[in-house]
Amino acid sequence: MERLKIATVWLGGCAGCHMSFLDLDEFLVDIADKIQVVYSPIADVKEYPEGVDVCLIEGAVCNEDNLELLHQIRAQTKVLVSFGDCAVTANVPAMRNQFGLGNTESVLQRAYIENAQYNPVIPKADGIVPKLLDRVLPLHEVVTVEYFLPGCPPPADRIKAFLGQVLAGQVPKLAGTQLKFG
Amino acid sequence: MAAKTLTIDGRQITAEEGETILQAATEAGIKIPTLCHLEGVYDVGACRLCLVEVKGTPKLLPACTLKVAEGMEVSTDTERLRKYRRMTLEMLFAERNHVCAVCVANGHCELQTLAYSQGMEHVRYEYTFPKWNVDNTHRLFGMDHNRCILCTRCVRVCWHIEGAGTKNVAGRGGKSQIITDLNQPWGCSESCTECGKCVMSCPTGALFQKGSTVGESERDRNKLEFIVNAREKKQWNA
Repeated sequence: MERLKIATVWLGGCAGCHMSFLDLDEFLVDIADKIQVVYSPIADVKEYPEGVDVCLIEGAVCNEDNLELLHQIRAQTKVLVSFGDCAVTANVPAMRNQFGLGNTESVLQRAYIENAQYNPVIPKADGIVPKLLDRVLPLHEVVTVEYFLPGCPPPADRIKAFLGQVLAGQVPKLAGTQLKFG
Repeated sequence: MAAKTLTIDGRQITAEEGETILQAATEAGIKIPTLCHLEGVYDVGACRLCLVEVKGTPKLLPACTLKVAEGMEVSTDTERLRKYRRMTLEMLFAERNHVCAVCVANGHCELQTLAYSQGMEHVRYEYTFPKWNVDNTHRLFGMDHNRCILCTRCVRVCWHIEGAGTKNVAGRGGKSQIITDLNQPWGCSESCTECGKCVMSCPTGALFQKGSTVGESERDRNKLEFIVNAREKKQWNA
């Protein structure tokens, strides 16, 4: 049987969902011969490949790089999964949306100038530091998303249940407390 | 009092005249999802989660305020109702800033529990991200308008159990908000008795004890029921 091509991506999030993914522990060994991880922050792959079967996406869409990569993922992937609350609801990264459009200047000012102890400067490097979007968005407000895996982070057993269903060839369907936000 | 016979989800039920569909269903062991309903205070039908279908009327009606009637045929769990309940929940989440991950009520929140029990795995409406403040002026309690769903439980317990009348609703539609006295900072309120019943009644993390952090806000609803039982039935046993 051909192995399922899986990617995991880290957009605007804290990496907690990926930590939870690693918490799958021996289950990762169990599924190692059924999947092929073709792109991930925990694998050294530079370019998002073509023909990916399933992509778990952590984090909200916060900046221009996130936006561009998400469109590329959509074009090159069969099934997109919003992985964790930031991807599903925009969560904590989106709290800056409450300050209205055009909040990026004030947010950067607060983080890099007002709260800086040393070298207060807003990082600017075209082509290296991506520009923040006016509004932080959950994935499904940008592209079509097939499945949602909420949780902050989604506990390992929830990821396991989801992946287990996918690998068994079922339509993944979580219910009850497996859908709890937070 | 006269008894009424009706059917709920195809089951023959007998209920007393004057009872609501919610009471009759609960007595029969049929669970209808509720949010603004709170044992001990009167119902207002604000949240629309307990909507039911009644044969012969095209409108959906709230079970908490709908009185039983002879021969009524009620359905509490249909495809149509599930669809509307999920829409209602999604609109509640989109209307204010409900960030479960950093909320005092995480894990003890009725809105959060209802969302997953109704299968809400994401919100299809665009989030509005409104700007709301947190009133931290009170000595003991805080009010976070970001988490408020305008169920008015706090207003009802304040007026009808405590009798203080401190909490009120001001404004209209999505811009409505819970206010203290004549829209003053809570800490300046002269009518607030600091009883904490509003905090006990809140289904979300909108009202909280100062000092509680993420997931620490657990409510003790039994205390409210105890007071009401003591007053109305003269039963002082907890």
